[in-house]
Amino acid sequence: MTLLVTRNQIVVPGEVLARGSGLKAGGGVYRKTINHEVEICASMIGLAQVRKNRIGVVPLEGCYIPLEGDIIIGLITRVGVTSWNVDIRGPYVGTLKVGNVIDRDFDSLRESLDRILQVGDIIKAQITYFDRTRDPVLTLQGRGLRKINIGRLIEVDPVKIPRIIGKKGSMIQLLKNMTNTQIIVGQNGRIVIIATDIRIENLVERSIRKIEAEAHTSGLTDRIREFLEKEKKQLFKRSEEDE
Amino acid sequence: MNKEKRSLLLEDGRRLDGRELHELRPITMRTGVLDRADGSCYLTWGNNKIICAIYGPRELHPKHLARPDKAIVRVEYRLATFSVDERKSPAPRRREYELSKILAESINKILFLEKFPNGTIDVFITVLDADGGTRCAALTAASLGLADAGIPMNGILTGCAVGKVDGKMVVDLSDIEDKEGEGDMPIVMIHNTGELTLLQSDGKLTVEEVKEGLKLAETAIGKIYQMQRKALLAKYSQIEDQLDEIDDEEE
Repeated sequence: MTLLVTRNQIVVPGEVLARGSGLKAGGGVYRKTINHEVEICASMIGLAQVRKNRIGVVPLEGCYIPLEGDIIIGLITRVGVTSWNVDIRGPYVGTLKVGNVIDRDFDSLRESLDRILQVGDIIKAQITYFDRTRDPVLTLQGRGLRKINIGRLIEVDPVKIPRIIGKKGSMIQLLKNMTNTQIIVGQNGRIVIIATDIRIENLVERSIRKIEAEAHTSGLTDRIREFLEKEKKQLFKRSEEDE
Repeated sequence: MNKEKRSLLLEDGRRLDGRELHELRPITMRTGVLDRADGSCYLTWGNNKIICAIYGPRELHPKHLARPDKAIVRVEYRLATFSVDERKSPAPRRREYELSKILAESINKILFLEKFPNGTIDVFITVLDADGGTRCAALTAASLGLADAGIPMNGILTGCAVGKVDGKMVVDLSDIEDKEGEGDMPIVMIHNTGELTLLQSDGKLTVEEVKEGLKLAETAIGKIYQMQRKALLAKYSQIEDQLDEIDDEEE
């Protein structure tokens, strides 16, 4: 096997990453055979990843592709007779059936679904079923899944979500602990920030935008920590002056 | 009007705009120029100015067009009313329908459409200023936009026209060379694999000339591909440079 790129090198679609036998294709790549030789090529713009003989690309751009088990933040776009349509920011529309929202029996003749969820409501839901032949099915039954009533909703690039969460949640924990806010992250690139102070809310949004812009660089967690410390100091200084 | 044919080559063998026979016009490309679109590209190629917006993969309306096994590609190629010498009616004409169709066929070749059944990928190409070779430039821009949108693809399309002017094979024809020259052959290929996705020809070319043209186009496309690569990476290296500067200041 010959490796033609270095780790974390930014590659463009069509670029040959490796040649030879015994190669495994990870995400963001495709394999092709030329003259009995296997080539692994990038299919997206992103960072090359090499682990043993598995080669992949972590994309830097892209839309949200639903996966079973994903926690997402959805927007109700239509109220039907026994189900809702939910915008999940992907190529497909999510369906939320009434049985996956309430425990009791539901009689569509006597009750109307918009008493439970209305058009424009924001929900934290989970994808229970999706196989590309049918639209994704959502549920609201599970720990922490609910309608979201307060907070600021921001949208980021879905491919940057792993970076915002960080390794084992390190980045999001850092944000939550240093600013003392509640942050709900959906895999589909929607984030809800719930803070008591609007200035803190602004600060969290700015930090997330910074992570989004610098997602392809290393040492990001440390940089965000420094950024938060500096900004917080300034915030407190300003509020003291006000008093 | 004077019907007498004027020479398209200067006395010293250069072309009317001062280029060598095999020289490209200056090209600039920038990705991510439109905020609302999923991917976008602005390309200038000599006097051509093309802006391209990509939306998708997204849900397809009207639903009856949807294919259960793959996504479809819809391309809208438009000339702006002010892009040509005489005002062009804003309604799409035969030329625009034809170009939209062949551009879509080219784009179909590079995308992994089976990943998005029932969906669509919409490509909007607007030519703001036209000066010959817009179909090649449009595909060059569109594939940058598609890469910028993060749509999985097996390569980048790069196009360049070759043709015959005053008996000589030239690369990258301008509008006047296209109209008054003896032949023109737009070529679009996937640079990494060398596959041709578009090849049209207009005028009279001998077999040898076509062969020579293909060779010339390949070299030109190699050069343009390097520019495309640089344009795609520029968005990220810019941020890296800024960070380096910050680090330097701190030290």
